[in-house]
Amino acid sequence: MAADIKPRIRVPQTAKKDEIIEIKTLISHPMESGQRKDSQGKIIPRKIINKMTVAFNGKPVFEAKLEPSISANPYLSFFLKCSASGNLDFTWTDDDGSVYKATQAITVA
Amino acid sequence: MPRLRSPLLTAAAALAVLGSLAACDGDKSKSAAMADSGDPLAQYRANPKYKAFMAGEKMSGYVFASPETQAMQDDDFENPGMLAVQDGEEEWSKVEGAAGKSCASCHQDAAKSMKGVAVSYPKFEPKRGKLANIEHRINLCRTEHMKAPELKWESKPLLGLTAYVEHQSRGLPISVKVDGPAAPFFEEGKKFYYTRRGQMDIACAQCHEQNPGMNIGVENLSQGQSNGYPTYRLKWQSFGSLHRRFEGCNQEVRAEPYPRGSDEYTNLELYVAWRGNGLKSEAPSVRR
Ligand code: HEC
Ligand code: HEC
Repeated sequence: MAADIKPRIRVPQTAKKDEIIEIKTLISHPMESGQRKDSQGKIIPRKIINKMTVAFNGKPVFEAKLEPSISANPYLSFFLKCSASGNLDFTWTDDDGSVYKATQAITVA
Repeated sequence: MPRLRSPLLTAAAALAVLGSLAACDGDKSKSAAMADSGDPLAQYRANPKYKAFMAGEKMSGYVFASPETQAMQDDDFENPGMLAVQDGEEEWSKVEGAAGKSCASCHQDAAKSMKGVAVSYPKFEPKRGKLANIEHRINLCRTEHMKAPELKWESKPLLGLTAYVEHQSRGLPISVKVDGPAAPFFEEGKKFYYTRRGQMDIACAQCHEQNPGMNIGVENLSQGQSNGYPTYRLKWQSFGSLHRRFEGCNQEVRAEPYPRGSDEYTNLELYVAWRGNGLKSEAPSVRR
């Protein structure tokens, strides 16, 4: 199952100083709500990504708490202003404790 | 219980739309929208944005989708269908079966070898003595050329490979052939399309040929074209095949669906594809 979960990010590789850039993220994930029943009538256990955080050079710049009503394959995007070059680190946390990560450098010229 | 739906409500909604249409035909002045142009599709024809999604009077399901759904399809990053294409790309070079081969061993670069292939399917396949669609064709290569077991219909690897092969034809016009050995199967598919079925006694054509542009419950009825398939469907919260869609449309009128991959649905697939000849492939599309 875990092998099916893949994070994807789209971040511009370069930006002008103080330019506002759009960051897009998507993680393939079933987001099982814990509300559904299987064909035997048994509850399918909840398994969602419950948190997503982004840090720029170690400093938090974005954080989202995700709830069970969010669709499969959650897509999140936000805007960011960078005044210096650095690394963006993305972290998704799963109910089962797994943590998925992605990283990309941005060069600010 | 988010999946619970009332079949009675759905039935009532469908009957209501067909019923109200009958009334409109009788007295066009009753409906302002109808009186305006007499045609619910006029707004789409008039929108230059949709030119690329039309071929003459044929309109892709994209045209009928909400702006939010369209935006999801437009951006490959946002389009969750691209995840299936990625799965397929990985499957493409996976060695499986007794012959020790992957798809790539024989077909090399899919961007070259598979370009334009999917838009000509379903087609008559001599090895089956009947039609094959892309899923069947992939499984033929698995059993014959790779000595590997067939992939299960709607399984992740088969959906992925289908998406990957179909994606190589994105932007190319659907161009199925219905003459020669395909002709009798095409006729079967056409018969299916015009046959009333289910407790509601409604044929495909009554919804998708006679009433596109009308509302049915919360849905905007499209022409029921297949150029976007396989598709990421928001209602399914997953990627799915055209035959899965057929199954849903049969259930919509409370008819017993046929199995996915069956001859009935494959013949129907050829008829539906032919109706859309000239529309450009959008694989993978996003639909509600
Ligand atoms: C009661 C009306 C109704 C009937 C009958 C019906 N459908 Fe549909 N169909 C829908 C609705 C509603 C949708 C979803 C909105 C849309 O695209 O029209 C849909 C969608 C589709 C789509 C997907 C279109 C796209 O762009 O994604 C296809 C293909 C389709 N139908 C084929 C068929 C076929 C083949 C039949 C006959 C077996 C059929 N439908 C019978 C109501 C119907
Ligand atoms: C050992 C070589 C071999 C392998 C491996 C193989 N194929 Fe094929 N494939 C062929 C040949 C040869 C044909 C032409 C039809 C025939 O003779 O079966 C073909 C035809 C096709 C076609 C139809 C092409 C057209 O123009 O209509 C598709 C699609 C296809 N293969 C997909 C795949 C996929 C996907 C895989 C991996 C699951 C695969 N093939 C593995 C040899 C192979």
